[in-house]
Amino acid sequence: MAALEPIRLILGDDEFLAERAAADYVRAVRASLPEGEPAPAVNRISGNDLNTGAFAELTSPTLFGGAVVGVIESGQDVDKDLAAAVLAYAEQPAPGIYLAVCHNGGNKGKGLSEGLKKLDVEVVRVPKIKRQPDRVAFVRGELRDAGASPRSASAEIADTIIQAVGSDLRELASACAQLVADTDGKITQESVAKYYSGRAEVSGFTVADATIAGDTAEALGALRWAVQVGVDPVPIADALAMAVRNLSRVAAERGGAAQLAGQLGMAPWQVEKARKQARNWTADALAEAMRVCARLNGEVKGGADDRGWALEHAILQITRLSAAGKGSRV
Amino acid sequence: MTAPGVFDELVGQDEARRILAEAARGTGMTHAWLFTGPPGSGRSTAAVAFAAALQCPEGGCGACHTCRTVLGGTHPDVTRVIPEGLSLGVDQVRGLILEAGRVPNAGRWQVLIMEDADRLTEAAANALLKAVEEPPARTVFLLCAPSTNPAEISVTIRSRCRVMGLRQPPAGAIADLLVTRDGLDRREAELYAAAAQGHVGRARRLATDPQARAKRHDVLQIPRRLTGLGACFTAAVELIEAAEAEAAGTYTDQSAAEKEALETALGKGGTGKGASKAARGSASALKELEKRQKTRDTRAQRDSLDRALVDLAAFYRDALAAGFGARVNPIHPDMAETTRAAAARLSAESLLRRIDAILECRKAIEANVRPRIAVEAMMTRLWQS
Ligand SMILES: [Zn+2]
Repeated sequence: MAALEPIRLILGDDEFLAERAAADYVRAVRASLPEGEPAPAVNRISGNDLNTGAFAELTSPTLFGGAVVGVIESGQDVDKDLAAAVLAYAEQPAPGIYLAVCHNGGNKGKGLSEGLKKLDVEVVRVPKIKRQPDRVAFVRGELRDAGASPRSASAEIADTIIQAVGSDLRELASACAQLVADTDGKITQESVAKYYSGRAEVSGFTVADATIAGDTAEALGALRWAVQVGVDPVPIADALAMAVRNLSRVAAERGGAAQLAGQLGMAPWQVEKARKQARNWTADALAEAMRVCARLNGEVKGGADDRGWALEHAILQITRLSAAGKGSRV
Repeated sequence: MTAPGVFDELVGQDEARRILAEAARGTGMTHAWLFTGPPGSGRSTAAVAFAAALQCPEGGCGACHTCRTVLGGTHPDVTRVIPEGLSLGVDQVRGLILEAGRVPNAGRWQVLIMEDADRLTEAAANALLKAVEEPPARTVFLLCAPSTNPAEISVTIRSRCRVMGLRQPPAGAIADLLVTRDGLDRREAELYAAAAQGHVGRARRLATDPQARAKRHDVLQIPRRLTGLGACFTAAVELIEAAEAEAAGTYTDQSAAEKEALETALGKGGTGKGASKAARGSASALKELEKRQKTRDTRAQRDSLDRALVDLAAFYRDALAAGFGARVNPIHPDMAETTRAAAARLSAESLLRRIDAILECRKAIEANVRPRIAVEAMMTRLWQS
C-alpha cells in the first residue's frame, strides 16, 4: 500500500465536498494502519478557533500511542502567526500524525494555502460544481459508491435525479444513497419519479405553511423552488386548501388538543400548530381564503393557462388576508 | 290495448311508449336510436325497456325470463355502457362495437346501450359513427344524450339515428306511479314526487329507501346549522361522507358479479402448463376491471353529491318563492316552515347569491375541482352571503 502523505491540503469553495474530502482522508488513514492497531484519534477545529495551544494538541501523539488525524476546517480564517506555525510544522511533520487543512481557495489567508503548495503537499481540489456534465459525473460517482448497478449509474438516471432534486450536492448525495437503499441498487426512471413525488408533498406543505403565516416572500420562494424542480401544481394547491381547512376547523373549536385531534381527524401536533397559526386570522378572512383555494383548485386542474401564476396569485391573496387578520386584531 | 309491461316505468311519456312498443313489433324499427331528454326524464330507463321489448318474444311483457334478464342487466346480448370516466375513449368504444357486431347468442338482436353518448371523445364518436352508418344485420345501437345539441352529440351521428325525445315527467304523473306501483299514500307520494324534481328514479328511491330520506333530511338542515366557520367545515365533511356512503352501496353487488364473471371466464384456479402465464394475463384483466369499477364508484359519489346540492339549492329557491309570496308549488313541501323563516331573515338578493354559490359549486365539481374543497368554499358562502 502506498504510504499516505502526512499533510493534505483540501482546496476549494464547496463546503460539502471539503467535508467529504476530509472524511475520506480520515478513512484513508484508518485503512493504512496495520491490522490490530487502535483506530486513529480524530480532532477537528475551525480555523477561527485555532490558537497555539490547540495546534500543539492537534499535532501531538496520544497518550496511548496510535495514529492521530487533525483536521483544520476553514483554514482561510487561521491568523497569520498560526499560519506560520502550521507551515513550520508541515516542513517536518511528526511520524504517526496526519493533518488535513481545508481552504476555500480565496484571497483571504492565502499565505497558508500557497505556503503549503510550495512545500509540495498533497492537494485535493473541491471547487463548487457549476457545469451540468460535472454534476452528472458527481451523481454517477455517488450512485456507484453507494452500490448501484452499472446500468443504474447511467447519465440518464443521473440527469433525472438532478431534475428532481436540484443542484445541492448534499441533497443529491443523500438522494443517491436513499435511492440505492430503496431499490437494492437497481434504479429505474420510475423509482426516481417515486422518490421525487414524495418530496412534492413536503414542498407543498412548505409553501402552505409560509402562506398561512403571511410570509409572502418565503411562500413565493418556496413555490419557485418547487416549480423549478418540477413539482406538479396540484399537490401544492391541495396542501394550501388543507392548511386553510385545518386552521379554520381548529380556530372555531375549543377544547384540548388531544380531544380536538380525535374530533377533527387531525394529529395533535397539527392541532397545536394550527392553533398558533390561527392567531393572525379572523373567521371572515379564513372563509375568503377557502374560496380562493377552491378557485385555485379549478385553475390548477386545467382551467388556467398559466398554473404557476395561478398559484402565485392565490398565495398573494391569502397572505394578504392573513395580514388583514393581524390588523383587525388588537 | 295499453303498452306492454316493460314500458310501465316510462312515467308521463305516452308518446314515447307508443312509438317504442310499435318499433319493437317491427313498425318503424331502425338500427340506431338516440334517446334525449333532461336528467331524470328516463333516457336510460327507456333504452333498457326498449332493449327488453326487442328481445322479448311478447314484445316486452315485463315478466318473462328474457325481460327480467335485460332489465336486470344480465342478458348476454344486451351490453349497457355507463360513462365511467369523464369521457369514453376510442379503444373502449372500438371494443364495444366489435362485441356488438357478433351474432346474438340467445336473443333476437345484439343491443348496445350507450348512456351519455355526449361523453364520447371525438375519436370515439368517429368510430361509433362508422358502425352506425353500416350496422351489422342483427345489431341495434341505443344512444342516450341530454339533447340533440351539436355541442353534445355530433350532427352526423344524430342524423343517422332515430331521435326519441323524452320530456321531464310532471310531478303528478310521478306521484301516480308511486301510488300505483309502490303503494304509497297520496300525501307521501306527492311529497317525494315534488322533492325529486321530475326525476323518477330519485322519487322512487325517496319512497322506498329510508336512508335516502334520512340523507335528504340532513341536507335540508344545513342552512339552519351554518352558524359559524367551524359549522361550514363540519357540514361539508358530513355532506361528502354521506355521498360516499350512499355511493358505496350503489355498485357493490354488480362489481362483485362482474369480478366473479371475469374470473370464471379466465378459468381461475387452472393448473399445469401455461397456467402461470394465464394467471399473469388474468391479473392484468382484473386490474383493468377494478380500475373501471373504481371510476364508476367515483362517478356514483359525484352523482349522489350533485343530488344533495340540487336539494339544497331548491331549499333556497323555496325560500325565495315564499319571500315573494309567489304561488308556485314548493319543491320541499315538508320544509315550508323553515323556508318561510329563512325568507323572513334573508333578503331576496342574498338568497340568490346562495343559489349561485351552489350552482358554481356544482360546475366546479363537474370541472374536476376536488369535491371537498368546492363544497367547503360553497358552505362559507351559504354562511356569509
Ligand atoms: Zn318478456
